[in-house]
Amino acid sequence: MPEFLQWSFMQNAFLTGTIIATVAACVGYFVVLRHVAFAGHALSHIGFSGAAGAVLIGIDPLWGLLAFTLSAALAMGLLGDRLEGRDVAIGIVLAFALGLGILFLQLYTAYASEAFSILFGTIMGISRAEVVTSLIIGIAVLLGLGVIFRPLLYMSVNPIAAEAGGVPLRLLSALFLLLVALAVSEAVLVVGVLLIFALLIAPPATAMYLTPRIYPALGIAVVLGVLETWFGLIMAYYTGYSASFFIATAAVAAYLLVRLLVWRGVIGIRSTRLTAQPATADAA
Amino acid sequence: MAVREAQQQPALAQDRPIVEVENVTVRLGGRPVLNDLSFAIYPGDFVGLIGPNGAGKTTLLRLLLGLVPPSNGTVSLFGHPLTRGNHRVGYVPQHQTFDETSPLRGRDMVALGIDGFRLGLPLPSQEKTAKVNRVLREVGADAYADSPIARLSGGEQQRLMLAQALIGDPDLLLLDEPLANLDIRSRRDVVNIVCSVVRQRNIAVILVAHDVNPLLGSMDKVIYLAHGRGVIGTPDEVVQTDVLTRLFGFPVDVIRAQGHILVTSAEEGGECHA
Ligand SMILES: Nc1ncnc2c1ncn2[C@@H]1O[C@H](COP(=O)(O)OP(=O)(O)OP(=O)(O)O)[C@@H](O)[C@H]1O
Ligand SMILES: [Mg+2]
Repeated sequence: MPEFLQWSFMQNAFLTGTIIATVAACVGYFVVLRHVAFAGHALSHIGFSGAAGAVLIGIDPLWGLLAFTLSAALAMGLLGDRLEGRDVAIGIVLAFALGLGILFLQLYTAYASEAFSILFGTIMGISRAEVVTSLIIGIAVLLGLGVIFRPLLYMSVNPIAAEAGGVPLRLLSALFLLLVALAVSEAVLVVGVLLIFALLIAPPATAMYLTPRIYPALGIAVVLGVLETWFGLIMAYYTGYSASFFIATAAVAAYLLVRLLVWRGVIGIRSTRLTAQPATADAA
Repeated sequence: MAVREAQQQPALAQDRPIVEVENVTVRLGGRPVLNDLSFAIYPGDFVGLIGPNGAGKTTLLRLLLGLVPPSNGTVSLFGHPLTRGNHRVGYVPQHQTFDETSPLRGRDMVALGIDGFRLGLPLPSQEKTAKVNRVLREVGADAYADSPIARLSGGEQQRLMLAQALIGDPDLLLLDEPLANLDIRSRRDVVNIVCSVVRQRNIAVILVAHDVNPLLGSMDKVIYLAHGRGVIGTPDEVVQTDVLTRLFGFPVDVIRAQGHILVTSAEEGGECHA
């Protein structure tokens, strides 16, 4: 066993980090596919206010996070599946929630350090009980995603055909946002509100540059997210700087590296053609 | 006003109609978009749905899919009242676009046509793969089905959409402008594919287009829509100067030459002078 894993706080950090990176990558695959990154971003910031409120009334910040993100996700889902106007509505909800968050902080200045850890994550200070909580939430999210996976994919690719085929667009997009809210609330524990994209968006976005296949892309996203998290934890252990910083740096570096290599043509998706003859030749 | 049924249905009278639309009016935003429309479509019918922009063609397809309710009249599919999400109907929407950032293989999208509406994980199976391969060959898209859809040309994407609609073995196929953006050869290919599917499987298809010419020789019936009103019949019966003049409400000339039909009017032609 490596030296850093002898400490129970590091064991807890690795366990939680692995669970959360896995869940965030799977949910993030659909966040990227459905272009709802702004909703994910907003949910994390709304979660900040929830966590601040929880600290204020003296309960576990996770419950505040969950309460705020889940109700915000429901509100966003009810706003409908149409993208037009939705970003504006999300922005307005976000502004209100952040305003509340600032008020909560001012009311309880004694908890400035709590606010700091909500914003940037507390992965090194996680208890065994919190590991169990994140495992339970993680399994619930993955099960939920597994249940709605196929119609969610269908409506993300062909919304009109899916609707005609009987897929309830509004209900499914609301359910999906609830799963995003759960995943985001969890991920805040590791990387904090401000760096949520490091685990939610960067790994699946990177994976999608590497393959157009669904399960391989999901697998690559999970492996990337988990490796980046482990890297961040080990670096934090040896340097004493924030794990969130290293995780975010690794995620961005991997993304940029892949884009560079794809751009240079070293790796990436080949456009396979079985025949040399193009299918749509010019009209005579 | 009532729609003129330009022809009786002697040949297929013994068949039950696949689609039966009776005196249907559809209002959208308080305005009648389809007005007192009646027609019937039988197994084996290749129907062209023609009309200018805003005539209500897409609305008519959405009506048959149960996505917009009729404010008057009745619609029945396969002899039953309309239901949403009927899996005996295959549909290719108008203006489907795939964006660059979501790479997904054409074959994965086509497979969603089998059971995309069903909960659970899409697990690959030999049976499904064989089915996907068969329909990809049928529409001539097997060469590029493993590429990300977003990288394919509009015509190639159109064929994959057609494959997705066909893979559920529909009895009614609704195609909204599948010929838009296609060159002459691809247009002919798509019409031929659709035509042979209709003949082989004895299903019905409604294909929306702006121009009758690509469909001449393949389609059995044409529905001409204008101002929410419509005429149905064989192309020879409907595409006539007097019929279309009455439908459009202004003088229309129908000129037939060398197997082509030109529908034109004195009102055509721009007015932007140098
Ligand atoms: N949801 C809606 N609310 C109000 N009006 C609508 C709605 N959808 C369509 N319309 C109107 O109904 C009319 C018919 O629209 P439709 O899309 O059916 O036309 P179309 O024949 O398919 O035209 P195009 O050739 O341009 O595709 C248009 O005038 C359109 O503005
Ligand atoms: Mg239309």
